[in-house]
Amino acid sequence: MQFESINDFLNMGGYAFYVWLAYGVTFTSLTMLIILSARRKRKVLTEIASKMAREEKLKESRGNKL
Amino acid sequence: MWKWLNSYADPERSYKLAGTLLPWFVCLAIALIGVGTTWGLLFAPMDYQQGDSFRIIYIHVPAASMSMAAYMGMATASFIGIVWQIKAADWAAASIAPIGAVITFIALFTGAAWGKPMWGTWWVWDARLTSELVLLFLYLGVIALYASFEDKVLAARAAGILAIVGVVNIPIIKYSVDWWSSLHQPATIKITEKSTMTGDMLYPLIINIFGFGMMIGAITLVRFRAEVLARNGMRPWVRALATQEVSK
Amino acid sequence: MKRGISYTKAFTTLLQRDLRIAIRHRGDIFNPLLFFILVVTLFPLGIGPEPQVLTRVAPGIIWVAALLASMLSLERLFKADYNDGSLEQMLLSPQPLVILVLAKVFAHWILTGVPLILVAPLLAVLLHLDSNSYVALMATLALGTPVLSLLGAIGVALTVGLRKGGVLLSLLILPLYIPVLIFATSAIDSASINLPYSGQLAIIGAMLIGSLIMAPFAIGASLRVSTN
Repeated sequence: MQFESINDFLNMGGYAFYVWLAYGVTFTSLTMLIILSARRKRKVLTEIASKMAREEKLKESRGNKL
Repeated sequence: MWKWLNSYADPERSYKLAGTLLPWFVCLAIALIGVGTTWGLLFAPMDYQQGDSFRIIYIHVPAASMSMAAYMGMATASFIGIVWQIKAADWAAASIAPIGAVITFIALFTGAAWGKPMWGTWWVWDARLTSELVLLFLYLGVIALYASFEDKVLAARAAGILAIVGVVNIPIIKYSVDWWSSLHQPATIKITEKSTMTGDMLYPLIINIFGFGMMIGAITLVRFRAEVLARNGMRPWVRALATQEVSK
Repeated sequence: MKRGISYTKAFTTLLQRDLRIAIRHRGDIFNPLLFFILVVTLFPLGIGPEPQVLTRVAPGIIWVAALLASMLSLERLFKADYNDGSLEQMLLSPQPLVILVLAKVFAHWILTGVPLILVAPLLAVLLHLDSNSYVALMATLALGTPVLSLLGAIGVALTVGLRKGGVLLSLLILPLYIPVLIFATSAIDSASINLPYSGQLAIIGAMLIGSLIMAPFAIGASLRVSTN
């Protein structure tokens, strides 16, 4: 262990701002990327489902006219 | 070999294969990055010149090297897609591009946050930094080009050509520190010679580089699966999945 | 399939056709040139008329203006041919596409690159460019503008089928232009303090040869994508 206490660790030998800024931005941008990527699958599937529902409706209304 | 490979060009099989590979990549990524970052932040010895600010290296170097590796991966996938007309490769390339852009941004940002205390400035216009910035623009160009075509088969072709042309930039980034006198320090990890870092500093860095690679792989697989579904919306197996998802 | 005519004949025919069309629409030649001159004249108004300052920034201004002018003029490289269908005829012709593409890019360079090189010394005088640097400026422009035409043509070929290709075009090709800009301005800077600049010139020359060999294939492939 390189640091004596938690405060010492957070202080990063005086470079706290830069080190934690770098780690913080990395963490936030990666988290955002991961969340957006993970949500895509569900979004795509619901889009396909709503498209299917629309096609179904179109078929029905055409059937009624005939 | 070709027959075996081609069987994975089938969308449903590649979707399922990506699904089976995903947990492995996720577990490895979490484990490696967890170990590498903790080791780097808590246990690696302090640099005698740079103090604790050097600990940014544990995200900066992995992000920078993986931004180039991801670009090569994307360009290779595009090349396979264009030459052998394998659509799964096109989808893989399209899934890597946004991830590569984020990783390149991270490399640039952490570099700036490290440069400020060490060089006294957030940014200098030297060869390494400029060529890495060009890499970010190339990623953004590929993404924009892919998004601007309605027909995604054409979009993948067009973006693929741009990605392949942009490969020229990769050796420029890699060797910029050796070719020009630059503020940026030369590579600390050398494969053929002895590295210029002590083991305790070096091992967490190598672990994190592999961890970032695994993480990019995992996110690529996630995006790839969504891309396969989006491009195959008319197929029965995708429609079955969609009905299942909505009824959930 | 029989080719009918030789490669040289195909190249010169297309070159002459493009030049003749351009001469009939003179605005296409003069507008990018006028744009180039206007951009350069805006800088002294923006950053002040002190000769020392202008001498320092002149190479950069001239080169950035050249990049923008070349990009603006590139937009119509394939557009008219795409709209009236002659581009598709070109793709269907038995001549190798690489030759035809080279002819078109060469015509574009004659029409926009060469006038730009000719006007550049005049603008350099207005910007108080260091007297040592004139040769370097002309040499970098002579070697660099063909590279701009070749690289830019890839971007144009990719976006010609799109309705809103203009903004996208700049995003695609300006990053590819950056290396040319860096070496060209560094050559002119070296020349201004009497240092040798043959190294930078050699690198731009290498870029020219490299893009001359590789770019036509990329342009051809992109045109096939766009006309699909």
